[in-house]
Amino acid sequence: MPAVSMTVNGKPVTGDVEARTLLVQFLRENLRLTGTHVGCDTSQCGACVIHLDGIAAKSCTLLALQCEGAKITTIEGLAEPGGALHPMQEAFREHHGLQCGYCTPGMIMSALDIVRRRGNDLDEHTIREQLDGNICRCTGYHNIVKAIASGAKNMAKGGAPRRAAE
Amino acid sequence: MSATGIGAAVRRKEDFRFITGQGQYTDDVVRPGETRAVFVRSPHAHAKIKSIDVAAAKKMPGVVDILTGADLATDKIGNLICGWMIHSKDGSPMKMAAHPALASGKVNCVGDAVAVVIAETMAQGRDAAEKVKVDYEVLTAVVDPAKAQAAGAPQIHPDIANNTIYQWHLGDAKATNAAFAAAKHVTKLDIVNNRLVPNAIEPRAAIADYDAGSDHLTLWNTSQNPHVARLVISAFVGITPEHKLRVIAPDVGGGFGSKIFIYPEEVVCLWASRKTKRPVKWVADRTESFLTDAHGRDHVTHAELALDANGKILALRAKTIANLGAYMSTFSSSVPTYLYGTLLSGQYDIPSIYCEVDAVYTNTAPVDAYRGAGRPEATFVVERLVEVAARQMGIEPTELRKRNFIKTFPHQTPVIMAYDAGDYFASMKKALEIADVKGFAKRKREAARHGKLRGLGYSTYIEACGIAPSQAVGSLGAGVGLWESAEVRVNPTGSVEVLTGCHAHGQGHETTFAQLVSERLGIPFENVSIVHGDTDKVQFGMGTYGSRSGAVGMSAIVKALDKIEIKAKKVAAFMLEAAEGDIEFKDGKFTVAGTDKSAAWGDVSLNAYIAHKFTGAELEPGLKETSFYDPTNFTFPAGCHICEVEVDIDTGKTDIVNWTAVDDFGTVINPMIVEGQVHGGIAQGIGQALLEGVVYDKEGQLVSGSFMDYSMPHAHDLPSFQVGLTETKSPSNPLGIKGCGEAGAIAAPAAVINAITDAIGTENLAMPATANAVWSALQGAKPRQAA
Repeated sequence: MPAVSMTVNGKPVTGDVEARTLLVQFLRENLRLTGTHVGCDTSQCGACVIHLDGIAAKSCTLLALQCEGAKITTIEGLAEPGGALHPMQEAFREHHGLQCGYCTPGMIMSALDIVRRRGNDLDEHTIREQLDGNICRCTGYHNIVKAIASGAKNMAKGGAPRRAAE
Repeated sequence: MSATGIGAAVRRKEDFRFITGQGQYTDDVVRPGETRAVFVRSPHAHAKIKSIDVAAAKKMPGVVDILTGADLATDKIGNLICGWMIHSKDGSPMKMAAHPALASGKVNCVGDAVAVVIAETMAQGRDAAEKVKVDYEVLTAVVDPAKAQAAGAPQIHPDIANNTIYQWHLGDAKATNAAFAAAKHVTKLDIVNNRLVPNAIEPRAAIADYDAGSDHLTLWNTSQNPHVARLVISAFVGITPEHKLRVIAPDVGGGFGSKIFIYPEEVVCLWASRKTKRPVKWVADRTESFLTDAHGRDHVTHAELALDANGKILALRAKTIANLGAYMSTFSSSVPTYLYGTLLSGQYDIPSIYCEVDAVYTNTAPVDAYRGAGRPEATFVVERLVEVAARQMGIEPTELRKRNFIKTFPHQTPVIMAYDAGDYFASMKKALEIADVKGFAKRKREAARHGKLRGLGYSTYIEACGIAPSQAVGSLGAGVGLWESAEVRVNPTGSVEVLTGCHAHGQGHETTFAQLVSERLGIPFENVSIVHGDTDKVQFGMGTYGSRSGAVGMSAIVKALDKIEIKAKKVAAFMLEAAEGDIEFKDGKFTVAGTDKSAAWGDVSLNAYIAHKFTGAELEPGLKETSFYDPTNFTFPAGCHICEVEVDIDTGKTDIVNWTAVDDFGTVINPMIVEGQVHGGIAQGIGQALLEGVVYDKEGQLVSGSFMDYSMPHAHDLPSFQVGLTETKSPSNPLGIKGCGEAGAIAAPAAVINAITDAIGTENLAMPATANAVWSALQGAKPRQAA
């Protein structure tokens, strides 16, 4: 089996994978980073969103081998090493932007990408349009939208949008 | 109200693990040496299995074993069952067809499992599954419930004529028909309640681990009710005795009903683990979920409402065909009967109701409870009839409702239910204010200037929740009681664990249940842990569905806390050298009445365990109490939802521009969580009304089998919601809780369709009201003029 090397949440990792192994499988099964979830087979639900070299990507639609040398950030890499939550994580809790929690890691990773692309002052319409790649079945999105708007604002207070741990 | 007590919007305890990626869902569980199960599924909706050849597949790399229905029969593994007996109007019992976990001889829907490959990896399992050769003789399929009973329709199960499971009825046919004969006005509607896929974002999964040394099986499973799963798998399927099976439902990523049921896959994993002596894991991919999760709704109904000249409702009658799919799922029989017919009185004083329901088999996935389960179907029938009747009679829809609202409680409906408390005028009044209905005419005129049609739709729904009194459901055919259990364990240091038979899969029980304990015992919220979802930890429980965890599950905790207080007072009496009757307990402190002598909660807890102040003959050491709470009635949440839409005349696209929900859930423990439940329910109801619908072609192929083909509500499909509450406490449980989990899904579809039909001026509109459907309805319709 071919070997693959990448940096995940700031740590260099290597592993042997099949050519057909998906990035999400590599993260979940080889690295045991199970915060990244799989909710569909067609790249619709967004439960598997991670950051690939700082940009949101669906890890169910990438082969692990495609990510040779890449910098990957998963939900596990967002909080400070000391445990302080990222403002976007904090906003999801504060605004009850999650219920079962299954879509949440992907939602948070996508939310950060919306901030990267659209800035910290996000209106409801923009957030709703930009969440097209993520599905939540529990919340009706109402509180997710509020959480993202608030998290984006709070990120600005703490300086520029934080690139997740690298 | 304390900052973490009853009524406080406490942030959730469970969130930290979810927002940091540390949740533990079934697929996150790994057992040493685990194998993967990959199912070989039928590509045909209806076919005879002529032969299965696994020889080539068995030679594939990594294959541990391949099992078929024949092996299942050899090992005498029993069938899956439906646990609610319904009798037809002629007295005959429902016709439950055999449902083996792997099909034997015949397949009855696309996705029916015919074999399972157990392999070292999922990829190897998939490779091998492709080499399993199944020779089918394809039979004609029937997918339309309205055609399933026709002469000449394909017979799905050998001994069940006309594919008819039961022909049930409820109410007084004679009185109802007499009322119709005397009525001044009759409104008639033909309604299709569209089939839906629950689509929890976590797909179903199971991992079974057999311990040969102790002949014991453990199952991690995406279940809303692990004890019920264990009971059915043991007592009916016969995998292993109950005491040799542990079922753990860890974090579960949404259920909405679909994870109540006992499915073939977990049975096969358990059986295969024991056969191979290896852990066996199965995780559904999304298409498997579409094919095999129990679907919801799927009713075809003709309904009629009889009114006098003043708009007073005299009677309602409905005839429904309910599609239960290829097999009877675990609670499928109850959904179109006792969860549907019993709610046809809505919020109204209706003297006579008669309802007939035929349940039929078709060559489609099984249908069972999905958020609301029967009550959304009933509400849609009632609220569409009332709205259309008002329009036909030229009475304001709110006025016609008010003329018929039940005013006094308790109120016995003609369809079993005895409503115990409510104020339907109050929720409507508040909703009308929040929605600014007074300003609607002006908004409609403005919309018209932009080429848009505005409409307003109401849904004054009711539901029966808190299911349910065990004797009552037993008399209606339920195979189980629907009480709930709680065990409160006070530790020597005064911290508390509550073990509950409810199961949380998004509802936030770890928070709300802790709020109750914190308030009641006067101890910090942080010092309370909620334990659920493990049959080895929790003695027994019925799980979470039917908006029951607050009304029934928390009531059980209250009862256990009552016992804890009694015992703790005895301990305090020994410590304070006072009579037990003189001990008062408030805010976490025990005091001797009329004195300044007191003992703190922590001291009493410690003394209960060290037992230095009393002998064993005087008092048993320890502080742990259990309760099994059986409710005295259903609860009856109710409310008023108002939907305002704008329809684009050129495209038929509907935008929901305003949504108001005012609900009466009785006592609210955590308003933040309750609002979240309402939001989610409304979203699913709007999904049903505007977007979602299962499509099978006439051969029984599932056309809408992925998120690319089945339209799930996205953020941009939905508005923000204006949510309000009114409160009449439920007299049927100690906390006065009614339940909130299903309200939105029950109320919303009728509100949406009432709004669109108000906008476009024709009642002839089926769900989902896609742009195409609305545009088509608009052709030939005469939109109402702006008022």
